[in-house]
Amino acid sequence: MNARTDEKERKKIKAVKKMKEIMTFYYIDAKTASETGKKVAWITSGGPVEPLIAMDVIPVYPENHGAMIGAAKMGVELCEKAEAMGYSGDLCSYARSDIACATVNGGPIGGLPRPDMLVCCNNICGTVLKWYEIQARYFNCPLFILDTPFCHTSFSAEAKRYVRRQIDEYITFLEEVCKKPFDRDRMAEVGRLSIEGQRLWQAVLDTTINRPAPMTAFDAFFHLALIVTLRGTQQAVDYYRLLLDEMNERVREGVGAVDEEKYRLLWDNLPIWYRTKWLSDKFAAHGACLVADTYTSAWCSSLKYMNEDDFLESMAEGYTRIYLNIGVDEMARTVIAMIDKYGADGLVMHSNRSCKPYSLGQYDIRSIVERERGVPTLIIEADMCDERNFAEAQIEGRIDAFMEMMAAKGSA
Amino acid sequence: MITAGVDIGSITAKAAVLKEGEVLAVSVGFTGYNAAQAGMKVLAEALAEAGVAMEGVDAVAATGYGRRSLPVAGTIVTEITCHAAGVHLLHPRIRTLVDIGGQDSKAILMGDDGKVKNFVMNDKCAAGTGRFLEVMARALEVDLDSFGELSQRAERAARISNLCTVFAESEVISLIAAGEERENIIAGIHEAIGSRVFAMINRLGYKEPIMMTGGVAKNKGVVAALERQLGCPIEISPYAQCMGAIGAAVVAREK
Repeated sequence: MNARTDEKERKKIKAVKKMKEIMTFYYIDAKTASETGKKVAWITSGGPVEPLIAMDVIPVYPENHGAMIGAAKMGVELCEKAEAMGYSGDLCSYARSDIACATVNGGPIGGLPRPDMLVCCNNICGTVLKWYEIQARYFNCPLFILDTPFCHTSFSAEAKRYVRRQIDEYITFLEEVCKKPFDRDRMAEVGRLSIEGQRLWQAVLDTTINRPAPMTAFDAFFHLALIVTLRGTQQAVDYYRLLLDEMNERVREGVGAVDEEKYRLLWDNLPIWYRTKWLSDKFAAHGACLVADTYTSAWCSSLKYMNEDDFLESMAEGYTRIYLNIGVDEMARTVIAMIDKYGADGLVMHSNRSCKPYSLGQYDIRSIVERERGVPTLIIEADMCDERNFAEAQIEGRIDAFMEMMAAKGSA
Repeated sequence: MITAGVDIGSITAKAAVLKEGEVLAVSVGFTGYNAAQAGMKVLAEALAEAGVAMEGVDAVAATGYGRRSLPVAGTIVTEITCHAAGVHLLHPRIRTLVDIGGQDSKAILMGDDGKVKNFVMNDKCAAGTGRFLEVMARALEVDLDSFGELSQRAERAARISNLCTVFAESEVISLIAAGEERENIIAGIHEAIGSRVFAMINRLGYKEPIMMTGGVAKNKGVVAALERQLGCPIEISPYAQCMGAIGAAVVAREK
């Protein structure tokens, strides 16, 4: 083995293998649920999953599935199928992929298991409402909608009461569909595990405060899957403890994710799933490490509102005040805090044709960040799942020019 | 030291030969199907005009969409850096640069040291670029080179509201069908580009003096429309179209 492959081997994150194993078993479990007598719920990525875990329902995430479809480069085929079914090309590519996939059991794992119920929380966007209604009709199964009011400037007491009441309705809904009583002790335990998992995930993400960063946002995009899908389980807690140990060891040994880390950048918006490798290599070739992102950190950013001794009470606030459900000023403050925390020299914004709530306001955030911190921003126009919205030559030119500018600034 | 820069754009390829910071020759040709061949052809022409043999060139840098295809390039760099480097060499007073090329438009803010301080580019759409003008020229059956002059004869600018090249083309066709004067339509097209580029410059936050480069800078109509929006004059270099190639030759020297 020569020095180069040796170094490459050293940079490989060992936990990846474990993660793939867990996700494989998770999907096998979900896909065989009808044989094992377990119930399956489809839930939005920002939805309150803990009560489902407490009821032994297997949560399945069309958005995680969408990411898999994107990464497997199967998004275009499914989006085109949805368009042929009559859905607009302007509709979110996760929604298009999912709606089309359900009818043909396509995608990398032959489709998701049939849902017994659907749980939709609109804290991430408004599209999920219609998307889940369509699926509820298609699968003829009950749908629960948790409506989280948008926090333009603050989270009012009325909003808190409003969401809290719906959590009681959610529990009643689950009792009816599962035909068994809700176990509050079990819920408290799941709540504690959820918070512990989120704390560990935050600790993993925070290892990139170190220079060189032991991992990049591209790694975070991958390791995110468990905090989304298995939040509230011991398995997620164990996994992130393992990952955290590995990252801490890399920090101790000075193993950086990027050779000769020269620039530290912050990523905004969803990943471009079908191009993560290309983008990762592209930035690394310039000595740029994407040290953090606003996306994967969204699954632990509500920790400040959560109370592990009273999960049900605090979850109304925690699930409402997430990154995509707050005003642009607060989003900008969050981005600035991350720039300071991770020592970022630049901001990379993916203007995502699919995700309107994430992409709206980016130009304002960009100018606020520039004014407050003098940090430059690169905007990449693309789509998380629909490759037809990715223009390689243009994007490559923008990245190269941005990195040349950073280099010129560094030498000035 | 003699250096050469080659800018292989989406529509045209440009080459420049520099000796100690002085432009010896420039050359322009269509890019066409073979980017490498087009780049080598304009380079050979520029070298011939400068009276320099290929062996006499100390360094070559390539830029533009086809920057990776030029076999003789020792340095590969983007147009943003090159246009700024070229302008800093020839017009060091300039602080904001607007480059409108075949496929991209960009606004570049330059520091006192001539380096790029910040930049913005058009979104993924051909509106407000050279390609947009080409499509319109075809629809109007007018030679693109006469666009500037014709628009100055317009009584008033026709209103073109669509920003998408395809939709704007059908809008132009409707205007033709409605009997609108050709000159007025062309003036309207220039106004539409001016507004779009103006919005982009505003996003950057510009600083005077302003210069325009790229092939579209040759069109007086677009320049005038943008000047009206900005409320200040725009300087045009005699080397507007070749500024990227000149800048590449500057960068080749630095490396």
